[in-house]
Amino acid sequence: MTLAPSRDSVLPDRITNASLRSFLGGVGTVDEVMTHRRVAELATRSIKKDSKRAALLTAVRMMDLTTLEGRDTPGKVRQLAAKAIRPIPGDPTIPSTAAVCVYPNLVPVAAEAVAGTGVRVASVATYFPSGQLGTPEKVAEVEHVVSLGADEIDMVIDRGAFLRGDYLAVFDEIRRIKDACGDLHLKVILETGELASYDDVRRASMLAMAAGGDFIKTSTGKISPAATREVTLVMLKAIADFADATGVQVGMKPAGGIRTAKDAIRYLVILNETLGAGWMTPEWFRFGASSLLNDVLMQIRWLDTGRYQDPDHFTEA
Amino acid sequence: MNRLDVRKTYKLYIGGKFPRSESGRSYPAKSTDGEVLARVSLASRKDLRMAVEAARQAQAGWAGLTGYNRGQILYRIAEMLEDRHDTFVGQIVAAGAKPRAATDEVSAAIDALVWYAGWADKFAQVHGNLNPVAGPYFNISAPEPTGVFGIVAPDAPALLGLVARLAPVIVSGNTAVVLASEPSPMPAITFTEILATSDVPPGVVNMLTGSTEELVPWLADHGDVDGIDVMGASPQQRKRLQEGGALDIKRIVGLRGSVVDRSPQLIGAFTETKTVWHPKGR
Amino acid sequence: MQDTSKVTDTTPAKTTGATIDLPGDWRYAPSRQSSAPVTIADRYGLFINGGWQRPASGEWFPTINPSTEETLSEIAVADGADVGRAVKAARNAYEEVWGPMSGTERAKYLFRIARMIQERAREIAVLETMDGGKPIRESRDFDIPQAAAHFFYHAGWADKLEYAFPGIDPKPLGVAAQVIPWNFPFLMLAWKIAPALATGNTVVLKPAETTSLTALFFASICDEAGLPPGVVNLVTGAGETGAGLVSHPDVDKVAFTGSTAVGKRIQADLAGTSKKLTLELGGKGAHIVFDDAALDDAVEGVVNGIFFNQGHVCCAGSRLLVQETIHDRFVDKLKRRLATLRVGDPLDKNTDVGAINSRAQLDKITDLVESGVADGAEIFQPRCDLPERGFWFVPTLFTDVSQSHRIAQEEIFGPVLSILTFRDPEEAVTKANNTPYGLSAGVWTQKGSRILWMADRLDAGVVWANTFNQFDPASPFGGYKESGFGREGGRHGLLAYMDTGI
Repeated sequence: MTLAPSRDSVLPDRITNASLRSFLGGVGTVDEVMTHRRVAELATRSIKKDSKRAALLTAVRMMDLTTLEGRDTPGKVRQLAAKAIRPIPGDPTIPSTAAVCVYPNLVPVAAEAVAGTGVRVASVATYFPSGQLGTPEKVAEVEHVVSLGADEIDMVIDRGAFLRGDYLAVFDEIRRIKDACGDLHLKVILETGELASYDDVRRASMLAMAAGGDFIKTSTGKISPAATREVTLVMLKAIADFADATGVQVGMKPAGGIRTAKDAIRYLVILNETLGAGWMTPEWFRFGASSLLNDVLMQIRWLDTGRYQDPDHFTEA
Repeated sequence: MNRLDVRKTYKLYIGGKFPRSESGRSYPAKSTDGEVLARVSLASRKDLRMAVEAARQAQAGWAGLTGYNRGQILYRIAEMLEDRHDTFVGQIVAAGAKPRAATDEVSAAIDALVWYAGWADKFAQVHGNLNPVAGPYFNISAPEPTGVFGIVAPDAPALLGLVARLAPVIVSGNTAVVLASEPSPMPAITFTEILATSDVPPGVVNMLTGSTEELVPWLADHGDVDGIDVMGASPQQRKRLQEGGALDIKRIVGLRGSVVDRSPQLIGAFTETKTVWHPKGR
Repeated sequence: MQDTSKVTDTTPAKTTGATIDLPGDWRYAPSRQSSAPVTIADRYGLFINGGWQRPASGEWFPTINPSTEETLSEIAVADGADVGRAVKAARNAYEEVWGPMSGTERAKYLFRIARMIQERAREIAVLETMDGGKPIRESRDFDIPQAAAHFFYHAGWADKLEYAFPGIDPKPLGVAAQVIPWNFPFLMLAWKIAPALATGNTVVLKPAETTSLTALFFASICDEAGLPPGVVNLVTGAGETGAGLVSHPDVDKVAFTGSTAVGKRIQADLAGTSKKLTLELGGKGAHIVFDDAALDDAVEGVVNGIFFNQGHVCCAGSRLLVQETIHDRFVDKLKRRLATLRVGDPLDKNTDVGAINSRAQLDKITDLVESGVADGAEIFQPRCDLPERGFWFVPTLFTDVSQSHRIAQEEIFGPVLSILTFRDPEEAVTKANNTPYGLSAGVWTQKGSRILWMADRLDAGVVWANTFNQFDPASPFGGYKESGFGREGGRHGLLAYMDTGI
């Protein structure tokens, strides 16, 4: 029997905090040691030559090139957009990144800068990074950001509510923000550095997916640790189980702390051997990063030329 | 007129009961100068089979008792043995020993039981330990009883040899099928009467009297015997027991050392080491 | 080669939209470990009394690379006379040098050997992979580092033996005859030689016929380490050489790792002697997965448990007992994970499953797998492109397996997992224990009390709970029942080489 994909298929008929608690109680647990072991094993994959080039180009295409600083200016964002559109000036073989990711204020600037290039504009919202405000205000912020012209919204979950067991509050908030997003892609940031264990990461992943997140994302980048390969593996496995249970495909975005091409390739290996071909595209996997791009570009040049590169030959965004 | 004494019938001890040999056979136990002391059962291969069955049946339950509990039962055996000290001295003297030697032997047997009784809730601490592995794992090794042991009890000293070989077998939770001293079977049978009244669960110790030569091949080749203590066997019998043991990788104990060894290592020889790993994670 | 008509689709049945269809389009380019640092001689003699000697037999046999079937070298056949010379050399070394030497001095030799293994780890790993067919990832990351660790661990014991066992005055046994298998050639050598030398024994070791090269490499390490002549002697050859060694009258100790059938023969051969014997034999390990387990981690454990080293592992979790409530889901996950295993060139750093060690072993695996199909079990094999030459077997799952099937009873020693179900803990234990073997068992459940309950009841020398195939020099390893007796590793392992008077 084939059923239409539906997130509801994993949810209780009547959604209450108790019924959500019982749903999350059934999503299973994660063994920390085995998770680390598997990540270590996959880190020994030796990616060379053409497969390395393919991975690096894929990584560029998957990148949400990000600047999230108080001192961001329109000028800075325009530079970032230019870098996203054409990472190496004059080299059309290097693809554009998936998106630029900015604060709400700068969405109009970014949208104008990337217009017509295929590069999307992602904006953080929901009182990023802490999310410490009421749901109505967060919804209002998201509605505003949508009106400014963002293509994608990166929200943060209410970690306090999650950790005190108020799953209904977390769930409702995501639902309402998803409603406010309309057709826009919603990425739900779990801020895994603030969740106590991989079991919590798995539960938060399931809750975010069930509530309507199109992507789940590790971190704001403002908390350490940000993305780790281990936490990414845990989330990818949750995505696999969610797809199995509902037929709904959810994307993944590790963000923060991914700085080297080697790192990026290791993430792609984990993705490749956990979710495989169906997720190996920018539609379903993103890197949230700022300094990663240049290292990836340097590595591509090294493959091209066989010579180690000087960072000064790669533009700062 | 002298009162006619009532003689005891010396029977086998299987599964907590005292049957005669199913074969209906018996043989005379004699003193060193040839006097017939009693007729005792001449156990058959079928008796051995039943003894192994009883031992197997009793094993999980016996091993499942706490060490504290098994220790008290072994101590109880010592108490009962002390109580019948003179009976054993009489039997050992009747078989030809000097009274002083017989007294010492019985005392030593009692003391050995007390010594092993105290090990019941300690040997695992001596034989087991945490293993400091190079990784995030809890890793512990602990001894467990092997299962059913056959014991070829030494011909002499008939009581002390029996006790010294039996106690380290059962203290950890093994059960035993014992081939008693063929020339001096009476202390062994009297000892089973003590076992029967010392809270030792039926089947934990099963005693066969008879021809060691006849029973050794059946014990050696029995598929449900996990190990054999060959200390009391002749060189030829040892070889036969080792050959039979090779059919199913039986543990062969008693190739070295002496009849009256008393060592925690001996308890260890009748156990298996189990190592359990578990990750340490959040 | 596999009969492809039996191969079922890799894609698990789906009832919904999103599907996970592995592997991806992104192919990893070959990343071959260079074999350049390794030099292999055309021919190897016997390492006896610190020197290389021609075999008395004048005979050599070829050793091949099972992934290419190319001959790597020729290995001497040691006959009775050679074994006699080796035992004599070991006896002399024991009496003249190694026996009288202080523990501290012995320790320093072992530390030195451990360091030399670390220094030459890459060479040994490459050699191991070429000679035996195991993936370089495993020989590099597991076999050789573990071997070094074994020497390091045991080195430290050499001058502390009086603290190991209360009341026991530590004494060596004398000359140890050691026969090892082909699945972990260098590591098994370390498991045998390190504790024997640490406790003051000398050694005559016979490596397996198909995997002698790393043992012969070890001879050069002994030589460079300045180990006194005769302390370690190596005799190469087939079963006959091993039989001659273990039954040699001047041997005090026999240690064997290998099949239960050969173990029984050795135990019988030793009847009538009081040689100390330890046996590490076959297994048919049960891997038990409860429905509350961390399933993805359990999948990893199960896959590692049976496909590690092509399943050539005595403690492999070759029988999966999965709780009925999660059977279909778990099998789906397993199949998907199987599809990501990379089978092929063992020297490729990305290979997960290498070559089967020998033609004979491949034939045995093939025979048992055919019996599984004939008995009515359902076979699953992911699609794999296998090299044309060499010995290969696709990772295989069997579902619908009954306890009475040969594939549920016999040790396959290959990458073949038989899946059965159970309903409750009692049944899981009963099924797990229903085998003459008793080497290993795995339990996956999040319930602590159940783990301990299960661990108490499983007849296995090693119980891995929420993990599998973990090894450590400090952790004793060995079997219950027909998986053998005696322990290797840890404090317990020392007993195998000490005369405790018992």
